Amino acid sequence: MTLTTKLLGSKAVAALTAPHGVDRYLEMFNPMWAATEVRARVVDIHRENPGAEGSAPVATLTLQPTSTWRGHRAGQYVQVGVELPGSARRLTRCFSISSAASLPGERFTLTIRANDEGQVSTFLVNSAQVGQMLHLSQADGKFTIHESAATPTNNHLVMISGGSGITPVMAQIRTLLRDGYDGRANRKVTFIHYARSEADQIFADELAEIAAGDNHVDVHLRYGDATFSEFELRRLVPDFKNTDTWACGPGGLIELVRDAFGEENPRLRVEFFKPPTVSTGSATGAVSFVKAGATAENTGATLLEQAEALGLTPEFGCRMGICFSCVKTKTDGTVRNVLTGEESSLPDEEIRICVSSPVGDCSVDL
Amino acid sequence: MTITDIKPRNTKPATKKRATVRASDPKNPNLTPEQLDAFGDELDDLRQRVLGKLGKEDADYIRMIVKRQQQFEIAGRALFYLPPAWPLAVAALSVSKILENMEIGHNVMHGQYDWMGDPKLNSRIYDWDTMAPGENWRYGHNYIHHTYTNILGKDRDIGYGILRMDEDQKWRPYYLGNPIYALLLMLLFEEGVAVHDLEVDRIMAGERTWEETKKVGKPILRKVGKQTLKDYVLFPLLTGPFFLSTLAGNAVANVVRNIWTFNIIFCGHFPAGVATFTEEECENESRGHWYYRQLLGSANITGGKLFHIMSGNLSHQIEHHLFPDIPARRYPELSVEVQALCEKYGIEYNTGGLTHQLWTVAKKIVRLSFPTGTAKPQPAPVATSDETLAA
Repeated sequence: MTLTTKLLGSKAVAALTAPHGVDRYLEMFNPMWAATEVRARVVDIHRENPGAEGSAPVATLTLQPTSTWRGHRAGQYVQVGVELPGSARRLTRCFSISSAASLPGERFTLTIRANDEGQVSTFLVNSAQVGQMLHLSQADGKFTIHESAATPTNNHLVMISGGSGITPVMAQIRTLLRDGYDGRANRKVTFIHYARSEADQIFADELAEIAAGDNHVDVHLRYGDATFSEFELRRLVPDFKNTDTWACGPGGLIELVRDAFGEENPRLRVEFFKPPTVSTGSATGAVSFVKAGATAENTGATLLEQAEALGLTPEFGCRMGICFSCVKTKTDGTVRNVLTGEESSLPDEEIRICVSSPVGDCSVDL
Repeated sequence: MTITDIKPRNTKPATKKRATVRASDPKNPNLTPEQLDAFGDELDDLRQRVLGKLGKEDADYIRMIVKRQQQFEIAGRALFYLPPAWPLAVAALSVSKILENMEIGHNVMHGQYDWMGDPKLNSRIYDWDTMAPGENWRYGHNYIHHTYTNILGKDRDIGYGILRMDEDQKWRPYYLGNPIYALLLMLLFEEGVAVHDLEVDRIMAGERTWEETKKVGKPILRKVGKQTLKDYVLFPLLTGPFFLSTLAGNAVANVVRNIWTFNIIFCGHFPAGVATFTEEECENESRGHWYYRQLLGSANITGGKLFHIMSGNLSHQIEHHLFPDIPARRYPELSVEVQALCEKYGIEYNTGGLTHQLWTVAKKIVRLSFPTGTAKPQPAPVATSDETLAA
């Protein structure tokens, strides 16, 4: 941290600009000046799968963050806020960081697939230009590794990913290799990845290089209909249930991996794009959205999805319980957190509607 | 249904001229529930049309205002280093504070720009450059005042618990000081707004527990401390030898802002003709009646574009009360259609020049400092009792 950053972030300067943040003034002079906020300028955009016909384009964006960026650990994600041209509305989404662990103020990369419904990902991949400013959070997330060249363990590590879920895993492997993992240390890494097709495989050249290198990293790429099976995993890693494993991908893949490892296996860390769908069998009661005056039978889906099904357009961000953009007040009833299964019946409670599903009758101030 | 079907609500002539107007006054139309529904639907449509138009223009506007405000602020703070420029410094800082409190703070905290998704312009995050903590204000103003606008006994903004601004507030000898309290409130408006949510009158009456008071009071103390530190210690210290002149300049800028906001706000709610409602009249209220109440409960001030910006467009208090969460820069265009609707439904659209509106406010403050005596509340179709009114 430079002296200027330290000074600008000090209590004395904050007292002068109170009740506003120092950044409200700094940004006026230069978008790359910041005291506490994190922003970044896009300095490079690289298309990852130019040849893949018929599948969504993927691009890697290199970001130069402001000096307030605290760095990231491999496997973490960052919230990216961007004002889409024309609408003036800032949308915030979460993206995993694809580059190796960074130090404060260092550049890092995001590798993003342009989803059809994803306005932010589509914009970043297809329309963003070098020079585009982005609003960031600090890196966050516990999908991280503790191993490094400096930790003299010889644990076997297993990485399993599907589709775009390769990004945090890639960050982890890149970090291990950058920091000195090699064939001599006998520290084995098994990496299994599922992609739609060979043409759609991102990081293909780098993966081939890793596979060929003398580094003790085994790369297994599976395409098309090949889905995850416990049988195959056992063949590659016989003692997988006692092996530290990181899995990232779509909900379906994660459910299969979870089944294979058994409930609550502490060796398995997972991260998925969308929260798992809640069983709709036991849903009862009615859901009412007070401000909109809309009521419907509870389908068991998250409140956000139920509101959208009724044609409402509540604000949302990450849709996975991270960014708190969708916080609303539940005026009555019980909700279950779909991530933790925790139920809560407090009145006038602030809830994240993207990860809360009603249990019986429920009213939300929306 | 055409407007000719609307019959006056109360054909009985008023027995005595009241100093303040009740909604049941014969000058106001006696709209049937169906007419109120139709009226509400038309305003809902208008609201949807404008919400659909919000976009880059509005975002650019508010960012431009923020930028100008910051430029005035920086200029003001810097000019204190140049003693001969003292009046200029005070003027710049006053303009900055007025812009920040009104067109930015008040409007942002109403959620007018929440749709932009910018945390710096978000109603739940924003706090303004005045002693009143945003959090308290959002409750007392956004919720209580804007929901229960001009309902006697519910809207604490009728007289703010200090002044007698309506005939139905029972006269006490205390109110002989009405004009003096008003003058003090004007000069100390910032402090007044800050302690408003303490509901001092209710603490005195023993209606509020110490726990409640502590909960509301703590953030006030913290915010008052921060504002005092900034304007009366740190910035004066930074100008070194000019400590006193900077201190005085900051104080004057704060008072200029106080006087200006007080006047705009009083002209928005208390000119002659603005009506109050009883709780009974608002029981199980329809959306149409809510709109109707907002309309009768506020007044506009005419003026030029700069005047509207400097008043945070609260010179369009009527439109603000109808659509509190629509960006205020849209109020002038909305007012054209609202006036047309008023004409159609026979509702008075209360507007006038600043001096005219101020004059009627001043008259009301003085008149109500004396007992208003025997004036009987006019019997509305929904019967009300004196006890509830005095509450």
